[in-house]
Amino acid sequence: MKRRVELKNTQREIYYFRLRLALCLGFVLLLLFILLARFVYLQVIKHDHYQTLAESNRISIVPIVPNRGLILDRNGVVLAHNYSGYTLEITPSKVDKLDATIDQLAELVDIQPKDRKRFKKLLAESRNFESLPIRNRLSDEEVARFAAQRYRFPGVEIKARLFREYPYRERTSHLIGYIGRINTNDMKKLEDEEEAANYRGSDHIGKTGIEQSYERELHGTTGFEQVEVDAGGRGVRVLSRTPPVSGNNLVLSLDAKLQEVAEQAFGNYRGALVAIDPNNGEVLAFVSRPGYDPNLFIDGIDEQNWNELNNSPDVPLNNRALRGQYPLGSTIKPFMALAGLHYKKRSPSYTISDPGYFTLPGSSHQFRDWKKGGHGSVDMFKSIVVSCDTYYYGLAVELGIDNMFNFLSQFGFGKKTGVDMEGETQGLMPSQEWKQKRYKQKWYVGDTVSAGIGQGYDLATPMQLAYATAILANNGVGYRPHLVRQVQRSGSNATPVPQVQPEVNMNLNPEHLALVKNAMVAVMQPGGTAAQAGSGAPYAFAGKTGTAQVVGMKQGEKYDESRLQERHRDHALFIGFAPADQPRIALAVLAENGGHGGSTAAPIARKVLDYYLLGKVPQPLPTVSDTEEEHD
Amino acid sequence: MIKQPLWPRLRKRFVLHLDPVLLAAIGLLMLTSLVILFSASDGDWGRVLKQGGNMLVALVILWLMANMPLHYLMRTALPLYLLGMLLLIGVALFGEISHGARRWLNIGVTTIQPSELMKIAVPLMMAWYFEKNEATLTLKNYFVAALLLLLPVALIARQPDLGTAVLISASGFYVLFLAGLSWRVMLAMLVAGLGSLPVLWSMLHDYQRHRVMMLLDPEQDALGKGYHTIQGMIAVGSGGVLGKGYMYGTQAHLDFLPERTTDFIFAVYSEEFGLLGNLLLLAMYLFVIGRGFVITANASTYFTRLMAGSITLTFFTYAFVNMGMVSGILPVVGVPLPLVSYGGTSMVTLLLGFGMLMSIHTHKKLVQT
Repeated sequence: MKRRVELKNTQREIYYFRLRLALCLGFVLLLLFILLARFVYLQVIKHDHYQTLAESNRISIVPIVPNRGLILDRNGVVLAHNYSGYTLEITPSKVDKLDATIDQLAELVDIQPKDRKRFKKLLAESRNFESLPIRNRLSDEEVARFAAQRYRFPGVEIKARLFREYPYRERTSHLIGYIGRINTNDMKKLEDEEEAANYRGSDHIGKTGIEQSYERELHGTTGFEQVEVDAGGRGVRVLSRTPPVSGNNLVLSLDAKLQEVAEQAFGNYRGALVAIDPNNGEVLAFVSRPGYDPNLFIDGIDEQNWNELNNSPDVPLNNRALRGQYPLGSTIKPFMALAGLHYKKRSPSYTISDPGYFTLPGSSHQFRDWKKGGHGSVDMFKSIVVSCDTYYYGLAVELGIDNMFNFLSQFGFGKKTGVDMEGETQGLMPSQEWKQKRYKQKWYVGDTVSAGIGQGYDLATPMQLAYATAILANNGVGYRPHLVRQVQRSGSNATPVPQVQPEVNMNLNPEHLALVKNAMVAVMQPGGTAAQAGSGAPYAFAGKTGTAQVVGMKQGEKYDESRLQERHRDHALFIGFAPADQPRIALAVLAENGGHGGSTAAPIARKVLDYYLLGKVPQPLPTVSDTEEEHD
Repeated sequence: MIKQPLWPRLRKRFVLHLDPVLLAAIGLLMLTSLVILFSASDGDWGRVLKQGGNMLVALVILWLMANMPLHYLMRTALPLYLLGMLLLIGVALFGEISHGARRWLNIGVTTIQPSELMKIAVPLMMAWYFEKNEATLTLKNYFVAALLLLLPVALIARQPDLGTAVLISASGFYVLFLAGLSWRVMLAMLVAGLGSLPVLWSMLHDYQRHRVMMLLDPEQDALGKGYHTIQGMIAVGSGGVLGKGYMYGTQAHLDFLPERTTDFIFAVYSEEFGLLGNLLLLAMYLFVIGRGFVITANASTYFTRLMAGSITLTFFTYAFVNMGMVSGILPVVGVPLPLVSYGGTSMVTLLLGFGMLMSIHTHKKLVQT
């Protein structure tokens, strides 16, 4: 009996057990079905999505930086080039103790205090996570020494890359400018211009000069490599490659040799010289003195050099040719003469008697001529040859400031020449309107008198002065001055020099032009203000001297050159062109504190013309390689 | 003359207690393991050979277990359980910390992980307990059995080792369920559990809540814990229907998959063999589980039924939790893919269980005949 009950219980238990087991099986099948559904979802429905994710996981785009274009002069002389070398670079975000690491590195490679200072400066300006150079131009020995110890220095590596170099150093500093490391401002600008993608991988960008204004041509197009990477970001293999396109080479209109001659001709003077081919606007020489070594800036300038350059009273960083603004002085006179003829205020034969000063009717104020006692009887021709101030005082009053402004503006005074370099200043050609706006004062006739000899409010850059001279030399037809003659597309050698169109055509009367030009030729001949500089020139040399006052003088005070401090002396100016009948070169020379244009500026111009027109080298020029020494 | 008596003798000695169907299914999964491990380890023969060695050791243990009479097994239940508990308490007091968890115990010669032992010892103990009280089962017995389960689970969860705690809980719950725990109690437990969730949630610290949220949504922590799941899903999803081909999984071979020879080996498999491969793998698991169900259904005693059912269902739980975790429907807990992931301990534990299954099946036959 008892046994039967037990058996029955066991039967029932097994039944219930199997029932529950069957439920479990159902549960198992359900969950397996859910898994299967999940697999179908991931592997069929969302397959494309995950495929893309897997691809972007494994493929990394690595930029290949293009070679920067070279800069050559018109004869193919290299003014900026690249060479390969090694840098020691630190990625600060990967290094724990920066100073300690640098100390340890200093045991292997030569690291000067100035290197450290420069590194600190870079660090402050840098973008996040980029590697910064602590030392450039490592020697092979240093590279080897570091390579043996590199395991000790995570976050420090040696990079082989192309360096920029400017072999002419100071001589072309203001012209070529330099490249420097891309800072946050540059980056922002690139982003605004939507150029940032093309600069992935680039460390440098043009900062000043041609390097800056032709950045787009010089940089080239960045190439890309699609690299398969592992989870650690290490490249495994290259999947595809889009080669970079090197930057375009620039052929300047500049003549490097002429530039050297011009530089040398300055001697110890500070100043600027711009020489232009009046027939097409090509800039043949572009000098601003003193210069500086642009190579110092490429990878960040060290503090000592920076302070030296920045605090020097000679302001070597100032591009005088492009940005320096000086009174025109007597160089304004040929243009004034043309204005007088143009507005029929003067005929060529009209003669004044010069007592050595000019007074306005009803005033006792004397506007003095530079020559005490005056030049006697002066007509237009003589007024230019002897640079008679009195003649132009009177002419200016009769012309009026409005006519002067309208006429002289056509020569480019008071507005940017549009030369292909950034940062040009526009000078100043005063007008009634300008004075009202600037000083809230009306224009006085006395202002006009001073303006007549270029000693008023007027200011011009050497570039503007050269441009105006070129327009005059080319009979009123002006071509926009430009430094780059031709852009050589990378990979092609024969790119034609583009045709230039005149920007200005003043339709000047040839008789007026002939008169003024002849007078300018006479300036360079006995009796002229620059007779000495012109003596013995085998070509027709036209010029005009000028003097720009640095300190104003009181009424009745005598200008005593020897008593004035050197830096308060007048600036010497000179404009000129040659050959006078068929000009091939026009130039403007400024010698700061040089005193008289005729004695200081004109001889510089003569040397430049002698070289350009005759191939005459004034004195043995040291070659570039002689002057090249270690610099960093 | 000599051969004829020898073969039956050998057969009796070595093969009699092995279940050929189950063994074949296990063998297939092991072969799969070696094949995919070769790829997952980037062609490291050393790794493959070592796993082969693990398998041989585990097979020997399986054979030993299969040949062990059931009453032997029952006799080990209590001492094994007590030993396990002692060791767990030892871990809690003197355990070594590694990777932020206190799981290991240094017993002089070597360090051991007692929670592995409990994977077998807990269901064994519970099944033994139910067998003991079979005649007079009341609700109290279920309560005691539940306590036998919760004590070690609590200790293991504290270590913390969530994966093992979940698996042991599951294995114990299967015993309770198969032992006939009433539906009413289970429903009450479910309601109580769900009801206490909001209370529990309000008691958690912010960082703990954050962690729970992370488990539920791995995208929130794409570089931390979520990284595992995301890369796993990418591997599985990018595998597509046919897979990228053996040894051609980019996620695996370019290092994007973490722990790809152990917990995430399924991602490698799935990436290289695709949906078809997954179907095949699911079929192999279903085959093993099915065979386990057959053995369970035919088991002769209360103890063996509970034990066989728990072993089979726990094996399934392993597989489901691992694949669910890699494919992103379950949070990441440290559970290997059974019989496939690299590692000796889990291989031994699993084959120990299958050995018991075989013993249950074959010794019953002997009794019947």
